[in-house]
Amino acid sequence: MKTNRSIEEINAKIKTGKVVVFTAEEVIGLVKEKGVAAAAAAVDVVTTGTFGPMCSSGVFLNVGHSQPRIKLNEAYLNGVPAYAGIAAVDLYLGATALPLADPANRNHPGEFIYGGGHVIEDLVAGKKIRLVATAYGTDCYPLKKIATTFCLSEINEATLYNPRNAYQNYNVAINLGHKTIYTYMGVLKPDMGNANYSSAGQLSPLFNDPLLKTIGIGTRIFLGGGIGYIAWHGTQHNPSAERAGNGTPMYPAATLALIGDLKQMQPRWLRGLSFLGYGATLQVGLGIPIPILNEEIMGYCAVSDQDIFAPIVDYHHSYPYREGGNLGLVNYAELKSGAVTVNGRKVPTASLSSYAGAREIAVSLKDWITTGQFTLTSPAVTLPSVDASISLKTMPQRDPEEREDQ
Amino acid sequence: MIKQKIVLRFPPHIVEKPTIYHLIKDYDLMVNILRADINPKKEGRLIMELSGEEANYQRAIEWMNKQGLQIMNLEQQIIWRSDRCTHCGACTVICPTEALLFERPEMTVHFVEEKCIVCELCLRACPARAMETLVDNANFK
Repeated sequence: MKTNRSIEEINAKIKTGKVVVFTAEEVIGLVKEKGVAAAAAAVDVVTTGTFGPMCSSGVFLNVGHSQPRIKLNEAYLNGVPAYAGIAAVDLYLGATALPLADPANRNHPGEFIYGGGHVIEDLVAGKKIRLVATAYGTDCYPLKKIATTFCLSEINEATLYNPRNAYQNYNVAINLGHKTIYTYMGVLKPDMGNANYSSAGQLSPLFNDPLLKTIGIGTRIFLGGGIGYIAWHGTQHNPSAERAGNGTPMYPAATLALIGDLKQMQPRWLRGLSFLGYGATLQVGLGIPIPILNEEIMGYCAVSDQDIFAPIVDYHHSYPYREGGNLGLVNYAELKSGAVTVNGRKVPTASLSSYAGAREIAVSLKDWITTGQFTLTSPAVTLPSVDASISLKTMPQRDPEEREDQ
Repeated sequence: MIKQKIVLRFPPHIVEKPTIYHLIKDYDLMVNILRADINPKKEGRLIMELSGEEANYQRAIEWMNKQGLQIMNLEQQIIWRSDRCTHCGACTVICPTEALLFERPEMTVHFVEEKCIVCELCLRACPARAMETLVDNANFK
């Protein structure tokens, strides 16, 4: 009998404790052993996870009103600038923001010891955050300067809002140059000294629902150790990227915008990172439950590392100068084995995304569901997929003095 | 026979004395220097492996202590903060001696102190800054 299951049916099973949940790693063996049809009949939900550096992340804060009131104009949290161009005491702190006094790359490679990502980690950890801000003063907001401290529980809202997370696949970075380079893909040794990748592969959320058939706006997820939601498709969302026969893209493709209440998250899954010579960022832990609505979805969830491919890209010249092209495709089983062959040479590999972390997230989410703490949601709207004919745009670069009437 | 990796710290007033000469000539020890630096304060740091007869080794250590040299075991020099490590593995391709290695299929990072030569490359290559060194090592960067 063909499996046909609704999210309402799955939630009813969660409430009665009868739901069957496998992680995306565990389900591979089950499908191999019993086949897609039997696995789809037996399993209600497959959980995924990923724990990697995700630069396009940040937090909206409402720090409450001072007495007298202030309309924040320039604001710093532990010395890191936050965007104050919203309402009086609303701020947005981005993961890659750096203190004004940070030496950056003036002494190359810079260390980027403390940035926005680290402030977010400290906030979630409940540490006191120093707020220093100035304003121009108005009749309704007379205060022009403030210096104070606050911790997460003392402010109104802290909403994690990450414009681009969960990249569906990513480049494998390599250095064809003759000097060490320092990138957001880590330290790359000269002459193909190492190849760095950043995806959980078979456990990664968007490799398990490659055509975005079950997830969409409003899908409830594991985010930063708490509960979050898919808010929108992420920036640079490119579902049109070339795909393998199993539906997984062979290049960076779909992305997600995520949202959640920071107050119920954990510092363990939101970690400030310092990339030598590049900058500061945030390592985000997230996991998405895939409802096994039918055999087709189970087929997608059964994907394993050897059937997922990523391009090897030169970060010495090809990437920075946007020349395109790559040095071939490799699968994640090869990447995770510790070495890949590039141009006939064996190159050691390393990951920037923590597979052990991804596994722990998928297991946590499984526990939440089996113990009835977490139910699934039906997406309000699905996300643009392969049929949306999206093409990724690049920045227009033209003479700004050029007149349109010429 | 004994084989031991140690770190020697030379105060400024003995940094120019021929310590290694004495270790070889007077105590019949084999010396394998892994790293040597002098910082702007004129303090020296020598990381090396000593091997030879146990009795000679002990006498040499005694003699170095008398000279005012500070002697530390190599294992105490680099600290892996397992609470900060996210087990990504970025350090494992940077470490030249496989002291930092990636266990498969667990996909976790392990630090084998005996293999560490205190090159300190991992300190800044770790995005989560899980690798630390003794504070005074910072003077030798």
